[in-house]
This record gives sequence, structure tokens and C-alpha cells, in this order.
Amino acid sequence: MTVASPFETWATIVTVAATAVAGDVLTAGAMRKIGDLDEIRAHSGLAGAIKAVVGSPMFLLGVLSMAASFFSLLFTLSNVDVSLAAPASASLTFLGNAVAAKLFLKENVDRRRWLAALFVCAGVFLLSK
Amino acid sequence: MKHTLTPQRYLILLAVMLTASVGDTLLSHGMTQVGPVSLAHLGLLLAAMKNPWVVAGILCLLGFFASYLTALSWADLTFVLPATAFGYVVVALLSKFWLHEAVSVYRWAGILLIVCGVGFVANGPSLTEHPQPAGKEA
Repeated sequence: MTVASPFETWATIVTVAATAVAGDVLTAGAMRKIGDLDEIRAHSGLAGAIKAVVGSPMFLLGVLSMAASFFSLLFTLSNVDVSLAAPASASLTFLGNAVAAKLFLKENVDRRRWLAALFVCAGVFLLSK
Repeated sequence: MKHTLTPQRYLILLAVMLTASVGDTLLSHGMTQVGPVSLAHLGLLLAAMKNPWVVAGILCLLGFFASYLTALSWADLTFVLPATAFGYVVVALLSKFWLHEAVSVYRWAGILLIVCGVGFVANGPSLTEHPQPAGKEA
């Protein structure tokens, strides 16, 4: 079914992964800023926890990026075979997240976590075979 | 301080793994009953909301998002993400032992790689400690 050129194919796949990474990093950053949800729930109940999350602009931006990723995946699937698009974008998202978490969230991505990102990336790709 | 998780938090991570895969499976089962949706028949999506499998799938995915956000509030993104990938393994095992689908050598290799990846991360600390800025020590 693939009708797109290799450039179009990879540009759309990279767009799906990049927006997914932006969504994950923004929501993770928002949750780090908001603080431990278990504690917030203990203090101000479930409604208080929901209010804290939904009231965060960073979280809303993250959800917007996730929505953008979802729609760009739909667009990609209409031009590229699902057997390439789905695993390739999922694998790229795992690798991109490790890089972005180190750069933007200043997470300590040690050798153990790099290996995990690479193994999961390869594993997700193989699962679709 | 090395961050380790309480049993309750491992349950949240377990919920992250299971709700995503079970939710996707329920949705896919429901949507095969609803039939193909095209851009010209978007109204069918509303009809899909009446399918109990689809509704159960959406509830599961809401549960996934809630537990995923909770996990991110006390653990690193690079700690939680491999756990979400473990959901793929659950789907593959469910399809093998419950639906009796054939699982190829490639998929077994993929399962093995993901399990190893999750194992690497699970053995380490769950949260990066950032030194407190000067004057802010508790």
C-alpha cells in the first residue's frame, strides 16, 4: 500500500515520534513540577489531584502534543504500511524519550537506562514481525 | 538516597502495564464488531460508543492514563517507559496462550529483549536526585 516516497515515509514517521516524545516529556515535566500525586490525593482528595494536573499549562501542552502525534499517526497510516509505520514510530519514540529525558528533564540516564532504551526499541520493532 | 518503590507503587506500575494492553485489546475486539469506519461515515464512531467492549476499552485506557500520570509524579520518565513497553509483552503472551495465535521466532526475540530492558531499569533507582539549590536544604 506504500505510495509515499522514502523521504515522505520517514518524514511522517519522524513527525509521529517527535510529537510523541514532546508529549511524554511535557507531561513528565509537568508531573515533576506538580509533585507526588499520592501525597496531593492524601491532602486534598481525588478532585484536588485532578485539579492540580488539569490546571498545569505544561500538562495541557503535553496532551496537545499527544493529540498531534495521534493525528499524524493516522495521516501516516493512510500513506505508509502499518507494519512499518507503527513499530518504527514506537521504536523511535523510546529512543527519543531517553535522549529528551536526559536533555530536558535532566534525568540521570545511565548505561543501564541507555541499554534498556535500545533493547526496548529493538524489541518493539521485532514484536511486529 | 537510592529510590526504591513501595509495594503500592509497584501495583501502580502493574496497572500501567495491564490497563494499556487490556484496553487496546478490548477496543480492537469492539471495533471489529462495529465494522470499518471511514471519513465519510464518522457517525459510526458515535454508534461505537454504544458497544460494551469499546466502552470497557475506553474505561481501561482512562485508568491507564491516571496510573501513568501517578507513576510519572514519583518516578523518572526513563523508568516508567520500559514498564509501558512490557504491555506489548503481555499482549503477545495473551495472544499465544489465550487466543492460541502463532507467535513467531521474531516476536519471541522481541519479548526477550523487552523483558531484559525492563529488568535493567527495574534494578536501578526510580528517581533522579537533584541536589537542592544552596540555601534551600530542608
